Amino acid sequence: MAQDTAQLLERPVELKLPATPAERTARRKALLEWIAVHSLGVAAALFFTLPFVFVFLTSLMSDSQALSRDLIPHTWEWSNYRKVFDTPGFLTWWKNTLIYAGLGTALTVVSSVPVAYALAKFRFRGRNLTLMLVISMMMLPPQVVVIPMYLFWAKQLDLSGTLWPLIIPLAFGDAFSIFLLRQFLMTIPNEYLDAAKVDGCGDLRTLLRVVLPMAKPGIAAIALFQFFNAWNDYFGPQIYASENPGAWTLSYGLESFKGAHHTDWNLTMAATVLVLAPVLLVFFFAQKAFVEGVTLTGVKG
Amino acid sequence: MAATTHTLRAKHRRSRLRTLAFLSPWLIGFTVFFAYPMISTVYFSFMHYDGFKPPTWSGTKNWTYVFESYPFFWPALRNTLWLVVIMVTLRVLFGLGIGMLITKIKTGTGIFRTLFYLPYLAPPVAATMAFAFLLNPGTGPVNSLLEKIGIPAPGWFNDPSWSKPALTMLALWGVGDLMVIFMAALLDVPREQYEAAELDGATPWQRFRYVTLPNISPIIMFAVVTGVIGAMQYYTQPLVAGKVASGVIQGAGTAFEPGYPEHSTLTLPQLVYNLGFQRFDYGSACVVALVLFALSMAFTALLMRRRGGLIQAGD
Repeated sequence: MAQDTAQLLERPVELKLPATPAERTARRKALLEWIAVHSLGVAAALFFTLPFVFVFLTSLMSDSQALSRDLIPHTWEWSNYRKVFDTPGFLTWWKNTLIYAGLGTALTVVSSVPVAYALAKFRFRGRNLTLMLVISMMMLPPQVVVIPMYLFWAKQLDLSGTLWPLIIPLAFGDAFSIFLLRQFLMTIPNEYLDAAKVDGCGDLRTLLRVVLPMAKPGIAAIALFQFFNAWNDYFGPQIYASENPGAWTLSYGLESFKGAHHTDWNLTMAATVLVLAPVLLVFFFAQKAFVEGVTLTGVKG
Repeated sequence: MAATTHTLRAKHRRSRLRTLAFLSPWLIGFTVFFAYPMISTVYFSFMHYDGFKPPTWSGTKNWTYVFESYPFFWPALRNTLWLVVIMVTLRVLFGLGIGMLITKIKTGTGIFRTLFYLPYLAPPVAATMAFAFLLNPGTGPVNSLLEKIGIPAPGWFNDPSWSKPALTMLALWGVGDLMVIFMAALLDVPREQYEAAELDGATPWQRFRYVTLPNISPIIMFAVVTGVIGAMQYYTQPLVAGKVASGVIQGAGTAFEPGYPEHSTLTLPQLVYNLGFQRFDYGSACVVALVLFALSMAFTALLMRRRGGLIQAGD
């Protein structure tokens, strides 16, 4: 606001004339618009934040108060969070989620980078076809191939009840990451690659020494997306891990937590906060990479 | 002469090997996790298979079963149509509105942007759980507030005619991805066009209609098509909402009938789970999977059509 009004005030001073009625109406209109826009902004902000606030407040209520219609806790029961952590299995779900998300992300990056690089910078027959297949895989819901995949992992490799059927495929490139990274690598000018070639770098050396350092923001974006994907995945653990609570992840376990604490909204909301909070924390530390990734996901202006 | 063609050919072969080497992770992944299961899904759709006895040929029985006798197929398709028409439309309009609002906000822009974006990041299960609590008819804060101001409180996830609107609210809450995309598009609209329109005395509505809209229409198209694909694949939120609202939550193989209340939250991907992993009718599950595949690919093709320029194919 300060800036706007300053700008509006500047003009008459420069002209050294009193504000004409037209200028005064313009100024009033600008102020009214500012008020209207920012009131709408506050209303929208309430819509987006109040759910978080109510969830958090409920997570701190006592058992009996959580059964009432109160909005604000009378006593602040921080011990609810201790109770959630003490729930059998909760720490295992954390550990499993971190393994799935961490290992899965590392494998995705390692396997997707060379593919994305080839798609962005090599000229070869069938490149457009490959890209189209990558996009098709990206748009494919996991449910389409789940029957044969389940039979493959469960009946042939005997890996149901573990998260390996979800982690191992990521060692063979993830379509979304390949696509996103390819879009990013397209923006690196070919001159850099040619210069590396003139200096006697092979393809692998060019990729590792020249391209990778320049592609850091793109790699950060796919790592973040993959980490969130694993964190948020519900269908995967439901198919492969449901029979073995020792292999559950947070997203999957959260629901059963509600089942076990049927009416205890306070504990369920505390568990919900514990699933939400890490994602929001990661976002605060990596905001730039994230927003960059969102705008990169295939939108061409 | 012969020597040069020879080296040229060798060079070609080397470059092809190099390409193959770089693509190899994906080539394996494509074969094992896409091509093979796709073919296998088609195969199983014509087989009777329960996972225990060896599969036997059943012709088009699974297909007629899914389309004619399976009670969930048409409700799920109707729900999907509802989601495509209402949820996707509202989400695109709301995303555009929030995107326009954020470009107009001059004070505290960063804070507003972050607050508007955050819900998009909430893990689907956690977000659904949060909304199941916020909207629960017994103790939920939303109904408490509605009753305080004297508005009749709906049953939300427990009422078949309110469950999809409740899911729509959840989808609108997580509109952050569209906000960012629309914000970038709106900031890309050339300023001169607005200035020219203003000189011509265009009203705000005319400026929006004749300057903003033509400039951002490819992005709107992108949002609509990806939204439609998302709606057809909508899984976690309706499933978790139904389970939490019905009170039936357990591990695998339980009696939970999907789509609570009254099939109103059924979607196609849930049918694959219901047929395959609750009824052990893998053949019919594959039929639904193929329907889902055909729908997804049809809209993906729309997305890739080069004329639309939505996704840049070659260079």
